[in-house]
Amino acid sequence: MSIEAGTTMDLGDAERVHRRDGSAVLRVSEAEARDLAGDPDNPDDDERMILNMGPSHPSTHGVLRLMLEMEGETVLRTKPIIGYLHTGMEKTGENLTYLQGPTNVTRMDYAAPLFSELAFSLATEKLLGIEVPPRATWIRMLMCELNRVASHLLFQATNGMDLGAVSMMIYGWREREEVLRFFEKVTGLRMNHNYIRPGGVAADLPDGWRDDVRRLLDLIPPRLDEYDTLLTGQPIFRERLQGVGVMTPAEALALSATGPILRSTGYAWDLRRDEPYLAYDQVDFDVLVGTYGDSFDRFAIRLNETRESLRIVEQILELMPDGDYRTQDKKVTPPPRARIDESMEALIHHFKIFTEGFHVPEGEVYVAVESPRGELGCYLVSDGGPNPYRMHIRGPSFVNLQTLPHLMEGGLIADAVAVISSVDPIMGEVDR
Amino acid sequence: MTTAVPETLSRGQRVMHLGPDQLFATASGLRDDGFLTAVDVTAVDYVAHPGRNDLPADVTPERFEVVVLLHDHQRCERIRLRVQVPEGDPAVPSLFDLFPGTEAMEREVFDLFGIVFDGHPDMTRILLPEEWEGHPLRKDVDTGRIPIQFREAPEPR
Repeated sequence: MSIEAGTTMDLGDAERVHRRDGSAVLRVSEAEARDLAGDPDNPDDDERMILNMGPSHPSTHGVLRLMLEMEGETVLRTKPIIGYLHTGMEKTGENLTYLQGPTNVTRMDYAAPLFSELAFSLATEKLLGIEVPPRATWIRMLMCELNRVASHLLFQATNGMDLGAVSMMIYGWREREEVLRFFEKVTGLRMNHNYIRPGGVAADLPDGWRDDVRRLLDLIPPRLDEYDTLLTGQPIFRERLQGVGVMTPAEALALSATGPILRSTGYAWDLRRDEPYLAYDQVDFDVLVGTYGDSFDRFAIRLNETRESLRIVEQILELMPDGDYRTQDKKVTPPPRARIDESMEALIHHFKIFTEGFHVPEGEVYVAVESPRGELGCYLVSDGGPNPYRMHIRGPSFVNLQTLPHLMEGGLIADAVAVISSVDPIMGEVDR
Repeated sequence: MTTAVPETLSRGQRVMHLGPDQLFATASGLRDDGFLTAVDVTAVDYVAHPGRNDLPADVTPERFEVVVLLHDHQRCERIRLRVQVPEGDPAVPSLFDLFPGTEAMEREVFDLFGIVFDGHPDMTRILLPEEWEGHPLRKDVDTGRIPIQFREAPEPR
């Protein structure tokens, strides 16, 4: 950890009072904001203004709307206004069976859909008390790490675009598309895969998957070096990011920030290493931390995490075990098609699983995985029936969005775009 | 730290069961103990599932349950606080002063469940429009066809 020993991670009481009273968060309704802005016709009353940004702004990554209290070009307070994509997915999840659940949660974080599926499936399996075969675990790891690569490439693309490096957008999308092409081959879809399901994965890896992955491993690292040349070393790009949107580790912990935002402050925390799930304890990788907690650190962490993910993928190629890709528990996994013609029990199991769904023992559980944006948790409550009684997803984008006003406080309006971009919120997950 | 709070294990995860009046003191004690982060705040409406069996004997089940997840990164420990909230007075103290990160999550619970967090600096809706009626994640709100509750929505033809 790059933090000096003995540094307190507690925010302190004085700082907490500041959060409430003189906070960077603008906590007013729209009517009050109108009063706050003063009289536009009075030339003496022009010190403060309220600027509305979004919801349909190219730099707000979807439909994020910000209400900015400005003094000149300086941002004083910010109010993120969200909910434009709210479709009640947690309510929908209560009306779907556990087997249908992944189709729902996969639509939350549309840039990293496999992670929501994974969190939901792990939570269901924990309630069921079943183990998935090793091959399923390793396939999940392979797919998730490639998904992390795709998601971080998308971040490189949009971060470059937001800061005026428009060619970067084309490059980032280009490489991401290569990964998505592999996903399409494995899962049938580029996005919203419904591939990771309770009990394992939907299908085994296709023939020749090693060649495809090997091709990605040959293709992407040199391109990442090109990004380094294009962005990391470029003075204009650095100037726009360095020292912009700074956060300390104590602030990040108090604001519940996770993922690259927490790591950029120098706090080495990665669920894959610190609370290992799947088989992450059997692969070798580094947790990357920043030093200054600024937007540049967040950019650099994501760029280098892409390399670490590819390093993990390389090891998975060596270590991928043979065997089943889903559990053989007949109550959870539908029987193979051929068995249905021969066996009455197989037919019954098939019918029960796809009409009623399988019953999950009563209880509640919380499972967290490290998504590209931070801790993605799934809180599941079962009443013993075939549908979750309550399904809650702790979306890292939703929580990380709270850091936005604090990162932008006292900064310039032009830097607001850089800060939003470096937080990398996916609005589908924010609003759910 | 008060030790009167009953604690159970749910699938190997530590769970504390409390009433609304114990929440702030317990959370405060846990924060001083090293749990610096409130990872998540959510709620469950148990009206359709009254006979739940995972509560200790001395805890009276109520309709709502506010679930707070605390995390100690240094020791890699997690703890879950399940707060029983009665239907007649759905209110719990806000944890904003202890964990500023709960601001958005408490607003979400208020928005979707109608549970009020006393002492929250901005207890307003966060996901739904301000003039929305009802709290959709409550179990007595049915899915299916609901009236369109948006300003300037055209009249049904």
